[in-house]
Amino acid sequence: MSRAGTKLDSKKVFCMKNILRYDENLYIINSELFTLTYGALVAQLLKDYENVEDVNKQLERMGYNMGIRLIEDFLARTGSGRCYDFRDTAEKIQTGFKIFLGITPTITNWSAAGDEFSLCFEANPLTEFVELPDHCLNLKYCNVLIGVLRGACEMVQMEIACWFVQDQLKNDNVTELRIKFIKRLEDAIPAGED
Amino acid sequence: MTSITISAVRTRTSILDKSLSKGKGEVSLSCFALLFSELVQYCQNRVYTVPELQNKLAEIGTEVGHKITDLLVVREKAGKREIKLLNILLFIKSTVWKSLFGREADKLEHANDDERTYYIIEKEALVNKFISVPKDKGSLNCASFIAGIVEAILCDCGFQAKVTAHWHKGTTYMVKFDDAVVARDKQLEDR
Repeated sequence: MSRAGTKLDSKKVFCMKNILRYDENLYIINSELFTLTYGALVAQLLKDYENVEDVNKQLERMGYNMGIRLIEDFLARTGSGRCYDFRDTAEKIQTGFKIFLGITPTITNWSAAGDEFSLCFEANPLTEFVELPDHCLNLKYCNVLIGVLRGACEMVQMEIACWFVQDQLKNDNVTELRIKFIKRLEDAIPAGED
Repeated sequence: MTSITISAVRTRTSILDKSLSKGKGEVSLSCFALLFSELVQYCQNRVYTVPELQNKLAEIGTEVGHKITDLLVVREKAGKREIKLLNILLFIKSTVWKSLFGREADKLEHANDDERTYYIIEKEALVNKFISVPKDKGSLNCASFIAGIVEAILCDCGFQAKVTAHWHKGTTYMVKFDDAVVARDKQLEDR
C-alpha cells in the first residue's frame, strides 16, 4: 500500500465522516426530489443531444462519476471488507441498493460459471412518474445505474460489465439488470494519478 | 411452450392507470447530492459565466417545479389550487418544502419597501450543503435550482413571478410578483 492514492483516500473518508456526523437525521430524503431531478436531467440531455445513444452514454458517464464516490460511502457505512467471491459481491450490491435507493432487487439467473447474475427490480425510484414517449424507445432511462455499478466496482478492483435485459419502461414485467464479472484489476493506480 | 401472437403491439399500460404514490419513498442523501453535483458539473461544462450557469440550473429546476405543482395539488390539496397570494406562499413554505426537504422553510418575509417582493429564507439550503464554491465564482448559488422550482410552482398556479436565489442570512429566495398579480390579489381582498 505505498501508492499515492492512500493519502487522498483517507482525506475523502474524513469528509464523509463529517457529513455523517453533521447530518445524521437528514441523511435520508424524500425520493421524489431525487426522481424528479433525475427526470429533469434526462429531459435536459435529450434536449442537448440529438442522438439518444449519446444520451445513454452521457448518463452512464455521470453514473460512473457517482459510483466512484458512492463506494466510499458504502464502505464507510457498512464496514464491509473485501468480497470473498462474486456471490458475495452480488449480495453487497443488493445491500447497496437497499442503503442508497431503499429498494431490494432480487438476485437471480446465475450463470453456470458463476460469473454472471441478474438483479430484478419490481419498483425503482428512478422510474416513478416516468413514461417513455415513442421516439425514445432506444433510451436507456436508468443507464445511470450501470455507470454507478461499474464505477463502484472498479474502485474495489473489479471490472464488471452490465446491461439491461428487461425494462419496465419498455413494458416488461420487471426490470432486469445483468451483471458480468470481467476480471480482477491488480493493484491499479487510481484514474488520474500517475 | 410457445405463445401465439395475435397482435404485433403489446398494450402499454399508461402511467395514468397507476394510482398516485403516497410520496413516502426514501433515498439516501448521498445519492441526491452526487446526482446534483453531476448536474451542476454538466451545466458548468456548457456555459461560460456564473449567471449563465445559474440560469441553466433554474431552467432545469423549472422542469421539476412543473411536476411538483400537479403532484402536490392533487395529493395534498385534493385538487384545489390556492388563489390568494399569501396562501400560495404559505403553501410553498410549508407543504412544498416539507415534501421536498422534510421540513418547512425557515422564514417567509414581505419586503418593507416593495409590496411586490417577498423573501423565503432558508438558513441552510440542501443543495448548497455539499457544493464548495470556487473562489473565482464567489456569487454562485446552486439554490438557483430551487428558485427555479419555486418559480415554476408560482407561475403554474397563476401567480406570475420571478424568483432568484441570493446569499443573505443563509439562502434567500427573492420572489418578485408581476404587478398584475398584486393588483388582482388586492381586488380579492376588497371583496
